[in-house]
Amino acid sequence: MKSLVLIFLLSMLAGCTPGRMNDPYPDSERGSNTLYLGFVARPSHLDPAQSYSDDAYEILEQIVVPPLQYSYLKRPYILEPDLLDRMPLVTRLDATGKPLPAAAPSAQVAETVYELHVRPGTFYQPHPAFVRRADGRLRYTPMTAEDWSHVRRWQDFRHTATREVVAADLAHEIRRLASPQVNSPVLQLMGEHIIGLQALADRLQHDAGRVGQNQYLDLDRYPLPGVEVVDRYTLRIRLKGVYPQFRYWLAMPFFAPVPAEVDAFYHQPGMQSHNFSLDWHPVGSGPYMLTLMEPNRRIELTRNPLFHGERYPTEGEPGDRSAGLLAEAGRPLPLIDRVVFSREKEVIPYWNKFLQGYYDLSAISSDNFDEAVRINAAGQAEVAPAMRRRGIRLVKAVLPTIQYVGFNMLDPVVGGSSERSRKLRQAIAIAVNYEDFIAIFLNGRGQIAQDPLPPGIFGHQEGVQGVDPVVYQVRNGHVVRRPISAALQLMREAGYSDGRDVQTGRPLVLYYDNTFTGPNAKAYVDWMVQQLARIHVQLVPRSMDFNHFQDNLQHGNVQMFVAGWNADYPDPENFFALFYGPNGKVASNGENDTNYRNPQFDALFEQMKYMDDTPERARIIAQMNAILQQDVPWLFGFYPLEYELEQPWVGPRKISTMNRGTIKYLSLDIAMRERLREQDNRPVLWPLAWLAGLLALLLLVHLLRHLRRTNRKSSWDDA
Amino acid sequence: MMGWQPVVLWSDAAFWLILGLTGMLIWRTRASARDAWGRLFSMPAGAAATVVLLAFLAVAMLDSMHFHARLPGVPVRYDVTVRSVLDVILQPLVAVPEKTYSAPLASRLFTRIQTTDAHGLPVREFAMLNIVRLHPARPDLPVRAALRSVLTGMMVFLAGWWLFGRTGKQPVSALFAMLAATAVLVSAVVFCVQVVGHLHVLGTDKVGQDVLYEALKSIRTDLLFGLLATLLTLPLGVAFGMTSGYFGGWLDDLIQYVYTVMNSIPDILLIAAVVLLMQGYIETHAARFDTAAARADIRLLLLCLILGVTSWTGLCRVLRAETLKLRELDYVHAARAFGVSHARVLIRHILPNLGHLILITLVMDFSGLVLTEAVLTYLGLGVDASMASWGNMINAAELELARDPVVWWPLAGAFCLMFALVLSANIFADSVQIAFDPLGRRA
Amino acid sequence: MINYLVRRLLYAVPILIGVNLLTFWLFFMVNTPDDIARMHLGRQHQKHVSMAAIQQWKIAHGYDLPIFYNPSRNGIGHLTDTLFAEKSLAMFAMDFGAADDGSDIATEIRTRMGPSLMIAVPAFLLGLWTNLSLALMMVWFRTSWQDRLGVAAATMLMSISSLFFIIGGQYLFAREWCWVPVSGFEPGLDGWRFVLLPVLVSVLAGIGRGSRWYRSVFLEEIGKDYVRTARSKGLSEARILFVHVLRNGLIPVLTTTVAVIPLLFMGSLLTESFFGIPGLGAYVVEALQGEDFAVVRSMVFIGSLLYVLGLILTDIAYSVADPRVRLS
Repeated sequence: MKSLVLIFLLSMLAGCTPGRMNDPYPDSERGSNTLYLGFVARPSHLDPAQSYSDDAYEILEQIVVPPLQYSYLKRPYILEPDLLDRMPLVTRLDATGKPLPAAAPSAQVAETVYELHVRPGTFYQPHPAFVRRADGRLRYTPMTAEDWSHVRRWQDFRHTATREVVAADLAHEIRRLASPQVNSPVLQLMGEHIIGLQALADRLQHDAGRVGQNQYLDLDRYPLPGVEVVDRYTLRIRLKGVYPQFRYWLAMPFFAPVPAEVDAFYHQPGMQSHNFSLDWHPVGSGPYMLTLMEPNRRIELTRNPLFHGERYPTEGEPGDRSAGLLAEAGRPLPLIDRVVFSREKEVIPYWNKFLQGYYDLSAISSDNFDEAVRINAAGQAEVAPAMRRRGIRLVKAVLPTIQYVGFNMLDPVVGGSSERSRKLRQAIAIAVNYEDFIAIFLNGRGQIAQDPLPPGIFGHQEGVQGVDPVVYQVRNGHVVRRPISAALQLMREAGYSDGRDVQTGRPLVLYYDNTFTGPNAKAYVDWMVQQLARIHVQLVPRSMDFNHFQDNLQHGNVQMFVAGWNADYPDPENFFALFYGPNGKVASNGENDTNYRNPQFDALFEQMKYMDDTPERARIIAQMNAILQQDVPWLFGFYPLEYELEQPWVGPRKISTMNRGTIKYLSLDIAMRERLREQDNRPVLWPLAWLAGLLALLLLVHLLRHLRRTNRKSSWDDA
Repeated sequence: MMGWQPVVLWSDAAFWLILGLTGMLIWRTRASARDAWGRLFSMPAGAAATVVLLAFLAVAMLDSMHFHARLPGVPVRYDVTVRSVLDVILQPLVAVPEKTYSAPLASRLFTRIQTTDAHGLPVREFAMLNIVRLHPARPDLPVRAALRSVLTGMMVFLAGWWLFGRTGKQPVSALFAMLAATAVLVSAVVFCVQVVGHLHVLGTDKVGQDVLYEALKSIRTDLLFGLLATLLTLPLGVAFGMTSGYFGGWLDDLIQYVYTVMNSIPDILLIAAVVLLMQGYIETHAARFDTAAARADIRLLLLCLILGVTSWTGLCRVLRAETLKLRELDYVHAARAFGVSHARVLIRHILPNLGHLILITLVMDFSGLVLTEAVLTYLGLGVDASMASWGNMINAAELELARDPVVWWPLAGAFCLMFALVLSANIFADSVQIAFDPLGRRA
Repeated sequence: MINYLVRRLLYAVPILIGVNLLTFWLFFMVNTPDDIARMHLGRQHQKHVSMAAIQQWKIAHGYDLPIFYNPSRNGIGHLTDTLFAEKSLAMFAMDFGAADDGSDIATEIRTRMGPSLMIAVPAFLLGLWTNLSLALMMVWFRTSWQDRLGVAAATMLMSISSLFFIIGGQYLFAREWCWVPVSGFEPGLDGWRFVLLPVLVSVLAGIGRGSRWYRSVFLEEIGKDYVRTARSKGLSEARILFVHVLRNGLIPVLTTTVAVIPLLFMGSLLTESFFGIPGLGAYVVEALQGEDFAVVRSMVFIGSLLYVLGLILTDIAYSVADPRVRLS
């Protein structure tokens, strides 16, 4: 019966095409100009007004086009028009509505007006919501019972059409931010800046707070004084006072146009239960459109046939040309026809498939490159030898992100502005050796943080200038962490000796609040306990789920806690706001999780907040950093580095950490991919041969025995 | 003045309670069950499995005696960390922590790390292990230790043979198996004792902790996981099963109803719901669980509780069926006719006759529960991340296997010990079943 | 027979109500809607979670209703416009509503059933067949060294955590030998490549327990009187074993396995999430890890429904397989 299994197996093997039995993609796709990527979790939202996570942006930013985008090649990040045909015209007005010169102090500015001009001749992807009957009425809005009788899946909409992108679509999307049906994460923030947006939200909440997803809420009927459609292509947005960071928000999908027809189309009865919504079938004017949405298995993007006009940039940073990044300069985008995202929940299969050449890029960025990345003797990260032989390349970028450990400044032991608690925090900052952390857990994929500003953010300082004088010292031009003896000295000055309070003799116990889960959870916790044990502090880890963690932060029931911050936009204000007193978590439910409050710092923050990037601003930032380094509300931790691997057949590329809509710039060498996949995936058949041999042997033995027995029997019969 | 202050964790209390109860049960039934025990020890597999299980039990017992050590100086203060007797014994394993991975018996780290050279300048290298630097040993230490341990094992075997072989109480094969198991255990211990302090026997893990230490500390967690869940199963299963079978009628219907409802909810979902609930409980009573040990402990205990609640139904069903049969027996009828109360009949006449079934069901469930720990931990529903457990070790192995070269030793360590425990538990369960129920009344 | 079935089905109702009440208590009393809202918003956005946003989320997802009694409605609305009616009782009408991420749960369950069955059914059948064959083989060689070896091997197999089988299988068959894809799924016949390894691993992980149990069933059967009679009549050992013992031994085997058949729909939690099979088991794991209670509640309900169905099937199987059993 085992031989049956074997025969079954062998016939299966024989039945399939030679080589590559492990190819996870259909045979029909071989040789197509398709990019293969993986995704770990289904994107929670693809509605541009709602979506606010990296994994969703990975898909969404290929589909929708916001007014602005970050330059693909130039660094530091520069904004350039994307949906618009020129950069927005910014006018500052005083209280009487008169324009002010650009240099006017911000206190005089009552209003800032952004004028956006959409590039004429930009069209949306084909979509059923745009289809009109001969008499001009929409074909699928409303859906008739007859329509529903043959629409089961998305593909069942037989007709599609398009429409030009106009300024009114941008206005509609801004109104959507206030809609109770959308629940946008940026409503609160934008409501503070865009004139009338909060009022609109309140009114909508009052009028239509309970409107279900099945009912269309005609947002354009409601007035929004801060947004004015001037003509077909021109839109004016009025902001209260100054808010220079607004230009960054214009590069995010929150401001990508959504046509009112589409909104109306999706809010019909029956749409939601078929999963027909912006979250599943987003509509945009970008280089790709979503053509298959099976979030459990596969998401496919196909080139939008109506996308035109954008070309590969012709200039970049110095060094880009030699890196081959300008090889495609001037070619119309996108360069790849189709993008397939396959669901890959577990780390090991994801990684194995990348090694077998079935993923073109490895998009997992944290713990899983242990096999791929080596730190060589010079301390540089490089591709491991086995990978190098396959031609796999390593692409690095520093993320505008910081991972830190915060101290709750309201805590009686570690918090407060007393000399004693500050010394304790400083001692801990020295003791927790993040160089080791980066080596052990990240394989070098991180850069030590000296202050809260990651590289690429204005005010970040490399080298000796920016060094945290509390934790580091400079010796022979090398930046070296202060020795553990210095930390012990600080502990003694703080009144702790051998980890015990000198007065009471009680051991010092601190709590480490975290939400670690997954394979590394235990190691993270153990590591931190070890670090604090070096200054004789006993650390009690408190692991909890995200919910309770948030709750404890909210009520100030934490002591040392693990957290991270991902920049919304590349501006230091976004990071320093995390230390601004009035943003305190407990007092005002702001983003200042540590509840840090230092009047001097707060004053500098208010001064720096809306300044342009001048040397004066840099000077203030340095001052603010110095205050934070002395006060140690955070263990500054590290800035994670994004290490991505790419297969040899992928054209050179640059990781752009601010925008994810960069697939349009990628190119593939299809022939090379086919060849290498074929070569790397020849099945190893000897174990099968062994198994077959073993079984044959067993059968033979049995047969012989049987024969002997029957022989003997027959001879006995003869006799 | 005492140098330590005893601490009784909730799980310790439960563990000692269950040991005490089992001991008492064995003592009370020593006369009636003598034959059964005799049969158990005359089966080679059963005898060997018992030895291995006892060894695991001993480790768990040592690890269930907790205390706070006294800190030097006046006034008298005690350390906050909860340590166990096993921690003291295993001190040499953890005395010298490393930075990160090192292979079993290796003398250098497995990955390059940044250190400072003689001139104080940073370099990256496969640094020498701290333990090797501090306690250098001859390079042939492992070989010599292995030889010595094999010799010791053989001596133990021969001594045992000479001592017990002549009494003739046990069949030769059973004695042989028992002594062989003992000898293997002894030689493993002897090997470790010699090597520990100079090398890491099973290597070190990601943050440089000794894998052998982790694996040994996991014994208590996983053993308790099986034992406590079983303990908590017991009162529910026995009470409900007996009442249901003995009284019948609406009581039976009610219990059957509860039992079907519980059974019809997929276990894992019920456990998930209660784990979320439990986290809330621990967070709202955070002050009560102020040490790492207490937090991890209450989580373990509550997990066992919920496992017990979900798995009492099996025992209940078996006992109900058996009670149904027993209550129709003559002596039960006779007792009732003499006016003996129901409670007394249940306790004096029915319960003792269910003993072997309870024992068999419990030992059979035990190994399954140990395996459950790993699966639950993988799903994120298991024991606390700060607690040593095989589930946590397997969970971490997910990343370790994706490395090249592969970091295999934490997984191998967890696998071997877990396999040894579950295998011997399974064999023990089989043997107990044969020994205590020779007629095979329970399929 | 019909009477009996109707009674059994009616008996299922209070059980499902019990399950429903229990899960409602767990998921709404213990985890309040506020908790759920905060967690979801926090998970999606990582930042900017305000009280107003929580309120909005609750309204959008229908979690803002009172638990059992709604004083602001009139008539039957007192009771129907409540969390209990909307979220819990509605399940009896197979109305599961939307998951917390907005997708329709019923649609999701329908699409995920196929992949689950594509793994579970072959694994179940192949497993049953393998285990029965191995058990028969051990019984054939009973009390010889082959039998003892078989039992020892089975005991060892059942002492290994299924996690090891999965991790090891993927490492060996998919990564080192390149026989099958590491993970993934393709609907239809093209998908056989993806089904092979999960099925093999599930079968392997079940061999230990299954074959040992069937062996003990057959051993019990072989000790019975009718076997002795048959043997004294001169029937060959093979005929006794493969015809009589197998047929009679199959009764307890089938009746217990029948109970499992409906639960095949639920798929396997571990196998599906490791091999990337978009089935119901993986759905449960995702819902657990994402703490999507709407999905967990629905799956609990469906799970218990299938369990009850299994009980009824068992009874039917009994009466069909063993004519002595009469359902009444």
